[in-house]
Amino acid sequence: MEITSPAFKENAKRALRDPHLQQALSHVRHNFIDKRQKAVDGLAEFDALRDSATGIKNHTLAHLDLYLEAYEQKVTASGGHVHFAETAEEARDLILKICRDAGAKTVTKGKSMVAEEIGLNDHLEANGIEPVETDLGEYIIQIRHEPPSHIIAPAVHLTKDQVEQDFRRVHTNLPIDRDLTEPSALLGEARTILRRRFLAADVGITGANFLIAETGTSVIVTNEGNGDLTQILPRVHIVLAAIEKITPTLEDVSQILRVLARSATGQELSVYTTFSTGPRRPGDPDGPEQYHVVILDNGRSAMLGSQFQDMLRCIRCGACMNHCPVYHAIGGHAYGAVYPGPMGAVLTPQLVGIDKAGHLPNASTFCGRCESVCPMHIPLPNMMRHWREREYEKHLSPATVRYGIGFWAFFAKRPRLYQFATRWAMRALANRGFGRGRFKSLPLAGGWTKFRDFPAPEGKTFQQMWAERKKAA
Amino acid sequence: MSGRDAMLNRIRRSLGVAGNDAGRRAIVIARLEGTPKGVIPARGQLPRAERVELFRRMAEKVSASVADVPSADDLPQAVADFLRAHNLPAKVRMGADPFLAALPWSKTQIEVAHGASDGGDAVGVSHAVGGAAETGTLVLTSGADNPTTLNFLPETHIVAIGADDIAGDYETVFASLRARYGKGILPRTVNLITGPSRSADIEQTLLLGAHGPRRLHIVIVG
Repeated sequence: MEITSPAFKENAKRALRDPHLQQALSHVRHNFIDKRQKAVDGLAEFDALRDSATGIKNHTLAHLDLYLEAYEQKVTASGGHVHFAETAEEARDLILKICRDAGAKTVTKGKSMVAEEIGLNDHLEANGIEPVETDLGEYIIQIRHEPPSHIIAPAVHLTKDQVEQDFRRVHTNLPIDRDLTEPSALLGEARTILRRRFLAADVGITGANFLIAETGTSVIVTNEGNGDLTQILPRVHIVLAAIEKITPTLEDVSQILRVLARSATGQELSVYTTFSTGPRRPGDPDGPEQYHVVILDNGRSAMLGSQFQDMLRCIRCGACMNHCPVYHAIGGHAYGAVYPGPMGAVLTPQLVGIDKAGHLPNASTFCGRCESVCPMHIPLPNMMRHWREREYEKHLSPATVRYGIGFWAFFAKRPRLYQFATRWAMRALANRGFGRGRFKSLPLAGGWTKFRDFPAPEGKTFQQMWAERKKAA
Repeated sequence: MSGRDAMLNRIRRSLGVAGNDAGRRAIVIARLEGTPKGVIPARGQLPRAERVELFRRMAEKVSASVADVPSADDLPQAVADFLRAHNLPAKVRMGADPFLAALPWSKTQIEVAHGASDGGDAVGVSHAVGGAAETGTLVLTSGADNPTTLNFLPETHIVAIGADDIAGDYETVFASLRARYGKGILPRTVNLITGPSRSADIEQTLLLGAHGPRRLHIVIVG
């Protein structure tokens, strides 16, 4: 996809004014949060499992090279092939070659964020191979030529009426007067159309939630069953996954599975958790004849051993964006990158550079909800802070921010002057805001007061109050 | 240098480790060999009858229907009753599973086809190798006995499971797969199935029957 993160501010303004988007986002604010809370409350061991899952990922990342070797050996032993891609471009070319060798015309796809990350669909299409997204949400955004706006609910930014319009626009061989008012009618129509595509596809491409070193197995977690039809019907199954999906054993996967669906959709377990190991075996009546795994790095190995290593624990559940007040207000597209929300604000600068993605780690109030619901205890606000620091160090922050910080630093480095100036300012602001307790407009603060009032200070600085409390005690 | 070695080298450089460090290798081998268990939810750790009851309750919670029969010979009639009650044709497809093959299907009106599905079947019948009571989850394995296509293509999926094969947790099911197939080896496909197919991609409205079966009917045997 085209990265529009540098235009984040304009994107966000547009999103706030989009009535369809705001209507669609109203479903996110409650549904995801309530369902997750119910699932968490229903399992006494949830927090213990979070700690366990976090420990497993930390252990795996510390030994990632060795688990990758063990995984590769197992895949090869079961008749599969492992390919290693350093960059998005390498991964695209590897996949294209496998498709070409198979003589593929159409490729069905299970939902894969890594496929979005490497821009796989455009590459296949440009080379004469038709990719067909089969997850309902992914199918909808594919016919709209849009990127996903959420990592587990790609079409969450759309209303039912918009989907109906798209289906009428694209499914032109169906009766014009058919009734599509109910969501079930839309689902039924997509099911019928995609069933034919499943049966006709030459290659199926899925992502993976886990790559198991113990058995050489890829695991996908879905609710629709599209990922399964994608991987069992065509002659060739390609798995595309990044290095951090490696997990040591079936027991370790069981631990993480118990926090994944509960954090994502509030389900106890997703409907289909599917373990795939190699191609079809002798005597098997179905399954693919070839099984390929493309393992992508794309900057991740550089995060190991850095202050961003913890981000590689991410299991892509989406809980951070489901609970993010910024995501709730503007949706996923405004971030202008493949991964939106708090996890995207940390990952995107790594993938596309802080010079392009500098707005994203700044688009946070540091309220901390993302970290508090993250099943892998990823310190997201802290890592956004690291990115802000790097942005500042690289002199990429806007001039107003740099001058503002410089202005503040001038006083902060001179404590007496700082105390005098802040006392004076607080008193002045308190007097002027007296009676109302808030300002409708303030010089130099129009960006704030245009959308909400600015609370008036009480009249004393924190240091004054602290000193008074100490004296009283 | 191959892409593989380059990737491993990048990882080792970032971690500040060497690939030939015997201590690290020993730690990894110990985990892969020892397969240590983590936190197992207490909810599934129950005596047999309560465990089966939990499995049923959890499966029904995710919109599967559940019946039980006292012995395997009663299974064909239970399937026939289910088909009639849902106005489905008395025609099913199944694999070569010896447990299913030994049952008296000929005593019912059901016409049985065998082998993988090509998408033309209304009803598939499978035999689960295990179940996990903690979430009402079925475990099925691929092969000629229970072709994987039967789990996804027919609109109605009927799954028989022995009451004795219902475990409390996933780990117990995986241990039994290890005992059956060998350490570190799995069949081509292992399906954990928890309810019928669904999607909430349109306005977060939950709808059953996305791409897989619209109905999942479980018959507990024994």
